Amino acid sequence: MNLLYSEIEEELRASVRDLLHDRSPIEAVLARVSADQGYDPALWRALAVELGVAGLQDPAAGGSLREVAVVLEELGRSLAPTPFLGSAVLATAALGGDERLASGERTGTLVLPFSGGAPSVRETGGRLTGRVTSVADALTADLLVVPVVGGALWVVERGFTVTPRTSLDQTRPLADVVLDDAPGQLVTEDPAVLEHALLTGAGLLASEQLGIAEWCLTTTVEYLRERRQFNRPLGSFQALKHRLADLWLEVVGARAAARAAADALASEAADAPLLVAVAASHCGTVAVRAAEECIQLHGGIGMTWEHPAHLYLKRAKADQLALGTPGHHRARLAELANLPA
Amino acid sequence: MNEADLRTRVHELLAAYPPSEVDTLDFLRARFDAGLAWVHFPLGLGGLGAPRTLQAVVDAELTAAGAPDNDPRRIGIGLGMAAPTILRYGTAEQQHRWLRPLWTGEEVWCQLFSEPGAGSDLAALATRAVPDAEGSWRVNGQKVWTSSAHTARWAILIARTDPAVPKHQGITYFVCDMTDPGVQVRPLRQLTGEAEFNEVFLTDVRIPDSDRLGAVGEGWRVAQTTLNNERVAIGGQRTPREGGLIGIVAETWRERPELRTAELHQRLLQHWVDAEVLRLTGERLRQQLAAGQPGPEGAGGKLGFARLAQQLTAFEVELLAEEGLGYDDWTLRRPELVDFNGREAGYRYLRAKGNSIEGGTSEILRNIIAERVLGLPPEPRTDKDVPWKELSR
Repeated sequence: MNLLYSEIEEELRASVRDLLHDRSPIEAVLARVSADQGYDPALWRALAVELGVAGLQDPAAGGSLREVAVVLEELGRSLAPTPFLGSAVLATAALGGDERLASGERTGTLVLPFSGGAPSVRETGGRLTGRVTSVADALTADLLVVPVVGGALWVVERGFTVTPRTSLDQTRPLADVVLDDAPGQLVTEDPAVLEHALLTGAGLLASEQLGIAEWCLTTTVEYLRERRQFNRPLGSFQALKHRLADLWLEVVGARAAARAAADALASEAADAPLLVAVAASHCGTVAVRAAEECIQLHGGIGMTWEHPAHLYLKRAKADQLALGTPGHHRARLAELANLPA
Repeated sequence: MNEADLRTRVHELLAAYPPSEVDTLDFLRARFDAGLAWVHFPLGLGGLGAPRTLQAVVDAELTAAGAPDNDPRRIGIGLGMAAPTILRYGTAEQQHRWLRPLWTGEEVWCQLFSEPGAGSDLAALATRAVPDAEGSWRVNGQKVWTSSAHTARWAILIARTDPAVPKHQGITYFVCDMTDPGVQVRPLRQLTGEAEFNEVFLTDVRIPDSDRLGAVGEGWRVAQTTLNNERVAIGGQRTPREGGLIGIVAETWRERPELRTAELHQRLLQHWVDAEVLRLTGERLRQQLAAGQPGPEGAGGKLGFARLAQQLTAFEVELLAEEGLGYDDWTLRRPELVDFNGREAGYRYLRAKGNSIEGGTSEILRNIIAERVLGLPPEPRTDKDVPWKELSR
């Protein structure tokens, strides 16, 4: 098990971070949210086409799930408005790689409620019908990967309508997808493929959660170093220092857990499902706590619209519920670690 | 010195001292003299000046050959704290006198640092060392929480030699002979019923100046070497998945279905996740160290361990329900080792309370993380430039 970042991964991180810093500073994210604008197509082009991060999941092209995880860390840190998770992670995993999505020219998503849940779409004679609510990254998707009752996967490119929902997480819009006798192409009838795609998604989402938690911790530390009350920097008060030390320890743990899950998925390790269950149940909770501490320790400014802390809380809370709640992942762990109820 | 050379040396040692035929002590002495005790120590002091990572090669070869080993747990304070300090600050004479019997276990060491009035604020210590007419030092004071004082031949000791300067400056570091008639050791009974620690009373103890480590007044700096090594020693072990306390609890859970409830199940799974995350954190730290990128994660290991140990042992007592109301043995005992596995759940629960106090309290560790890792400003200090004798105590 390799829990470190390779040199290549650090270089990738630096490129992604630089690009996001230039093209999507948090003030710009905040402005987009306030103006009710969705994803930033120019940003996606720069990330996916110019940097090529949309195709990182394909080992044949030199990519690796470990690198996908690094990109997610940076996307979590920046909350950049892109469909990376739906397209380059979930849909790509379900398709076992796809040239259309890998190039970044088109995007897709996996048509399931973002909170998880069993497929409800029905297929008859190659045509799909059903309504799926709260799908992530569906608004801009050109291509839908649709799991149907029984677990088979189909691709749908026309004959569907997408209606936006008002989402708790303003930086990752959700939408309802209606398929009305839409023509599909069969990808696989093996339900294990969908299961593996969801495992991959949940395991990698832990890295996004790590990125969120890191931003919250770093930003709060910087603020408490500067902000003065009672004629002292706030960061010199032991009551606050101890909270940050505890939070730091949780973030350190989240990093180890997220890296373990990414590495196990990348190397197809036998204990990958268990490490995903550990990371998925742990990292989401750490991210939420980090965002809550960030707001509380910023005081009044922390609960305003103009400070970005709330966007991190919204993303952290939505991520915690996405692809299975912590309780869902612990129930999975009970089976995997032989700890029956 | 490379790996192949090391293996040759190990095989030469094994040929000259076949483990099945020789006395354990003879073997350990020969191993020390061959430079195979701690390979990163210098020649003549039990080592070969080799990279520390090569120690694993030696240990594996010797274990495979069934060679006797010293008992790192019994002599942990000597190995983990005294030895690195003697190596860094001792004279050649001191190093040759002390390191060999320390490593072989012939001489046990203890640590006379903490005092009733100087725990987390260790530099507040009041034990005095005053030069006498013969050029030695006379030491008076009281120390506390001293593990192994009743079995120790030597102690590392810090004492105040200049009360007129601020508290960190007037301290000097000594090696104290525990057989001196002025040293009195009394067991200190703990909440578990055991007396694993001692109080040590020092009355006109004579320490020759040749047993001083480092310069007069430089004791605080010397002690930092000891304390840093202490924390490394506490957090370093590799554990398998479900190793340690979580393993004990998980086994009980599997074997005793009649104890299970839905509420306990949820908590068990939480603890299991926490234990695995802590294990992965330690694993990541080891990988960083091996790759030559020492990260700050080490500072958190002990803090995380203490919290988990307390939660798990509390959980275990509750899980056992009626059995949890019993206790195995309240007899006053003086164990040489703390053994969580050799006792029952009630003992583990009570003993784990010490995990967040011993070797640096969790509060002090949080301060260290906040200030050294996160770069937050220190609390304003009123004692910083005040001479020690003018501080209120």
